[in-house]
Amino acid sequence: MLGGIDPVVLIAALMVASVPILLAAIGELVVEKAGVLNLGVEGMMIMGAICGFATAVSTGSVWLGFVGGALGGAGLSLIFAFLTQIMLANQTATGLALTLFGLGFSSLIGQGYGGMKPPPIGPVPFGPLADLPVLGKILFSHDPMVYVSIAVVAATAWFLKKTRKGLILKAVGENHDAAHALGYKVVRIRVLAILFGGALAGLGGSYVSLVRVPQWTDGITAGAGWIALAIVVFGSWKPWRVLLGAWLFGGITVLQLNMQAAGSWLPVQYLSMSPYLITILVLVVMSADRSRAAMNAPAALGKNFQASR
Amino acid sequence: MLRIEGVTKAYPGVVANSDVSFSIAPGEVHALLGENGAGKSTLVKMIYGLVKPDSGSMRFRGATYAPAQPSAARALGVAMVFQHFSLFEALNVAENVALGMENPPPMAELASRIRQVSEEYGLPLDPGRMVGDLSAGERQRVEIVRCLLQDPKLLIMDEPTSVLTPQEVGILFRTLRQLSAEGTAILYISHKLEEIRALCDGATILRRGKVVGTCTPREVSAREMAEMMVGQTLTPPERAPRRDWGDAVPALQVKALSVASPIPFGTSLKEIGFDVGRGEILGIAGVAGNGQDELLLALSGELRTAPGMVVAAGVPLGAAGPNERRRAGFVAAPEDRLGHAAAPDMSLVENAFLSGAIRKRLTRKGFIDRAATRAFAEQIVKDYDVRTPGTWVAARALSGGNLQKFVVGRELSQDPQIILINQPTWGVDAAAAAAIRQAILDRAESGAAVVVISQDLDELLEIADSFAVLNEGRLTVPRPVQGLSVDEIGLMMGGAHGAEAAHA
Repeated sequence: MLGGIDPVVLIAALMVASVPILLAAIGELVVEKAGVLNLGVEGMMIMGAICGFATAVSTGSVWLGFVGGALGGAGLSLIFAFLTQIMLANQTATGLALTLFGLGFSSLIGQGYGGMKPPPIGPVPFGPLADLPVLGKILFSHDPMVYVSIAVVAATAWFLKKTRKGLILKAVGENHDAAHALGYKVVRIRVLAILFGGALAGLGGSYVSLVRVPQWTDGITAGAGWIALAIVVFGSWKPWRVLLGAWLFGGITVLQLNMQAAGSWLPVQYLSMSPYLITILVLVVMSADRSRAAMNAPAALGKNFQASR
Repeated sequence: MLRIEGVTKAYPGVVANSDVSFSIAPGEVHALLGENGAGKSTLVKMIYGLVKPDSGSMRFRGATYAPAQPSAARALGVAMVFQHFSLFEALNVAENVALGMENPPPMAELASRIRQVSEEYGLPLDPGRMVGDLSAGERQRVEIVRCLLQDPKLLIMDEPTSVLTPQEVGILFRTLRQLSAEGTAILYISHKLEEIRALCDGATILRRGKVVGTCTPREVSAREMAEMMVGQTLTPPERAPRRDWGDAVPALQVKALSVASPIPFGTSLKEIGFDVGRGEILGIAGVAGNGQDELLLALSGELRTAPGMVVAAGVPLGAAGPNERRRAGFVAAPEDRLGHAAAPDMSLVENAFLSGAIRKRLTRKGFIDRAATRAFAEQIVKDYDVRTPGTWVAARALSGGNLQKFVVGRELSQDPQIILINQPTWGVDAAAAAAIRQAILDRAESGAAVVVISQDLDELLEIADSFAVLNEGRLTVPRPVQGLSVDEIGLMMGGAHGAEAAHA
């Protein structure tokens, strides 16, 4: 089955391919841990993609491009935060609307950016390490964002597990009434989480338009936001499992492209649908245990909070 | 230590507290007493900094006290144990404790301090356990230990015993006495008068947001306190002598009812049989979890059985669903008010419709008759003194006691022939409980057959004509209440197995 596919190249490629969904999924994980379900990841990613692309092209700096992408995603998430946290709109409907709005708005901004090239980004110079056989190619041949994304996973895992602020964030997502009774600012914490999630989704989106593709076309994120949402559930709201999930999904994407090129006997459609099949399977297995704690889902996920007297 | 002067707080449509004043000395256990909706919770929320008073002043340990938020109150030494626990089920004990503290030490140190404090006060706790796995009593310990770790000067307890077993209440009281001996002032909110008499040094009584009296609980009777709370003399329910309706068949017959429990870890019903005639009230006692919920489900039609197991006026209805039974004159009020007896997010009007549609004919050609439904809901609110801004509010916005009044009132107002009630006065204050009992008696007098399931023995003996005990899914043979001695009741409650063995 691997005929004509070099496993070293494949692993190296999947690490790059998984960066956008990894960043978006980690952002969404933090949002959901705070008890908010933002289904607008796809919209925030594509806003990040165009904002990042536009910034990079006009400033000539790919780094400013990433900043612009993060700001674009966070800006769109601010609308979501206002609607759901202040106006108490339904989170599911608002998230879906956010995606539709993001897809349309990004395509409006993106007029005139078609066919342009963003400034290039090179691999991190690891010197002799990059020349190591196998390991050099897999671990030390990537652009900085690959390492940044893994650092973000580590930082998020540490924040949620070790810090007091992380504990408060989890508490808000677990039982907002109790958190409020203890005097924590539920709405403020959730808005900050939503902004963080938006920024990471935007960053992931800008990686697509600045590094992966790299150019601007309408609908460039092609459903990556939905995969990111699935990975959060797949990883049962744990950062390191989300990393595994992102590699799995990224790997399958790469494998499917390679197999297409290699002329596989297995119709590629089966491979393309396999990430989603696996997600469904994992969900079924995990929800077979009826207690919600077994799935590790935040108990207040998707529920709006209103301070009562 | 704490002095409150002329505090007033108004919400749109209701004045929660009006010119409330009282004070607590160091080491004093002070009770705040009042009916549901008397303003106790609002008052303590102000002391804890969750709500700001509109006017009035508070002084704490000699200084002006106006906490902007709970953390400010905690920093000054005010701690609170909540009525509905403010815990996080998916986090462990130590994390829960840390969340309630201003400057928690590192987790390892915190865990050892939790062990130390919990042993010191006789409240065993394992800091590493998930709170979701703990019992109600253990959860309360988490809250108390959380408070104790901050070395509180004033501890507020909002209805702490409503979820505890008698043994757990005993442990709690020992802890509270130890604390008060160490000089901690305790503000104790409850409407369980006997507990207050056993524990408290002083009491302030609130009615409709105003202080109506103070007393020393040890020196007055529970009845006197109840009357101060209610503001009127309490009359035990009146009962007219039972009429003989001269029916050939009883209104409700249950014959050899056996059915598996649909509730996980529930109790299956085994060979239950009894008759209830018109005008008769059958009281069913027993410790919770012995099949009470299942029996109510089987009688109301939510759980279906063989047709002949439940027979109403000679018609077999065991296989009929709830609506068919309602048509036949059944009404049912299950124990769980929020979620089972009422839909939490729907308004009182909508909730009135849900169970009253059939018997009150609230539909016209398949559409809801809005005007009639609203009138029905308003009638319930008026007749049963449900304290609410209006019938448009969501069921969840009502306090537990008020919702109970609404749910029971809704069922009793449907001109029923057969009434099934589980825990009719659970969480309801004395005056409302008396009103509900009177309403049940009135219905019976006008010819309804009533089955009351309750864990309150006094209540059953007060209103029931016949009495039976449910034990591990089996029912003892019902006996007339008149002439039943306490010893015999004890035997029925403990010896259901013996009776069963004698049958076999």
